[in-house]
Amino acid sequence: MDRGDIIALFLHSLALWFVSVGGPSTILPEFHRYLVEANQFLSNSQFTELYTLAQAAPGPNFLYVTLMGWQLAGWTGAGLMTIAVLVPTMTFSLILGHMNQRRPNGTIGTIVKRGLTPITIGLMCASSTILIRAVNHNWRAYLLTLVTVTFVLRTPWNPLWLLAVGALAGVLGLV
Amino acid sequence: MDPTGSPQMRISPYRVFLIFSQISLSGFGGAMFWARRRLVEREHWLTDREFVEFLTLGQLLPGPPGLNLTVLVGYRFGGWAGAVAAVAGFVGWPFLIAIGMGVLYQYYGTLPIVQRALTGMSVVAAGLIFATFAKVVRVLPRRWQPILFAVLAFIGVGVLRWPLVWVIGALAPLALFAAWKESA
Repeated sequence: MDRGDIIALFLHSLALWFVSVGGPSTILPEFHRYLVEANQFLSNSQFTELYTLAQAAPGPNFLYVTLMGWQLAGWTGAGLMTIAVLVPTMTFSLILGHMNQRRPNGTIGTIVKRGLTPITIGLMCASSTILIRAVNHNWRAYLLTLVTVTFVLRTPWNPLWLLAVGALAGVLGLV
Repeated sequence: MDPTGSPQMRISPYRVFLIFSQISLSGFGGAMFWARRRLVEREHWLTDREFVEFLTLGQLLPGPPGLNLTVLVGYRFGGWAGAVAAVAGFVGWPFLIAIGMGVLYQYYGTLPIVQRALTGMSVVAAGLIFATFAKVVRVLPRRWQPILFAVLAFIGVGVLRWPLVWVIGALAPLALFAAWKESA
C-alpha cells in the first residue's frame, strides 16, 4: 500500500463509522467489499483469519479493523483504522452526553429512554437466542450454554474460567 | 430513574480508567456482560435501569454500542477527562494486544486451534449474553405496552430474522409515540 491508498482507506473507514448505527457487524460486509473485492489489499482467507483472530482477543469486537490496519500498514495502519472508529463515536456520544447532563430530565430525553428501552431489551434477547442457535451444534454445547447461564444467575463468581473451559472444549472438539 | 437524575457522583479519571481497563481486559465474548458486571454489580455506579438506558443511547448513536456506552459513562462520572480516561482504558490495552496478535500472525499465520478455541468460547459467550438479558429484563415496567414492544422486537429480529434496521425503524416511532402519550 502506498500513502495514497492508506489515506483513501482511512477516509473510507471514517465515513463508514459515521453511518454505522447498530454496531461493528453492520459494516463488516462493506469492509470486506472494500479491502478484498474492490482493491485486493487482503485475500479472502486473510480477511477471515484476521477477523477470527481479533474475536479471540479480549476487548471490544471492533478491533478487527486495528488488526487489519496493522497487517496493511504497520503502526500507521493500526493507528489510523482505530482513530477512524474513535472520532465519529466520541463526537456523537460526547454531544449527547453533554446535552443529557445539562437537561437530565428533559422531556425528549426521557421519552426516548423510556420508549426505546423495551426495544433494547427485546433485541438483547434476540441476539442471545440467535447466537445460541448459531454456535451450538450438539447437546454438549447446549449443556455448556445452560451451565453458563445458571452459573451467572446463581453464583457471584467470575465466569472467566468458564470461557477457558469453553476454549478447551472447543480445542478438544467437544462442542 | 434517569442516568443523570440521581445526585451527581464524581469519580476520578484514574479510577474510571482502571475500571474500564478491567472491563475491557476481561471482555472475552462481548463487552456487554462484563460492563454490566463491573458497573452495576461490583462498583454500583449504575442501576440496571440506568445501564439499559445508557445501552439504548449507545445503540442509537453511530459507532460500536459498547464504545458509546464507555464514552457516555466516562463523561457522566468524570466529564471530558473521564470520557477520555474511559476510552483509553477500554481501547488502549486491546489495541496493544491486537498489534501483538498481528505480529504473531505475520510470523506464524493463523492456527486452526484458534478457530476451534473460539468456537468453544462463543458457546459460553452466548450464555453470558442470555444471562445479561435475564438480569436486565426485570427493569421492564409491568405494563402491557413496554412488554409488547420488547416481545415484538424479539420476534422481528430473533424469530423472523428481519433486518435490524427495519425492525427498529418500524417499532421505534410507535414506541416513542406511546411513551409521549403516556407522559403527556
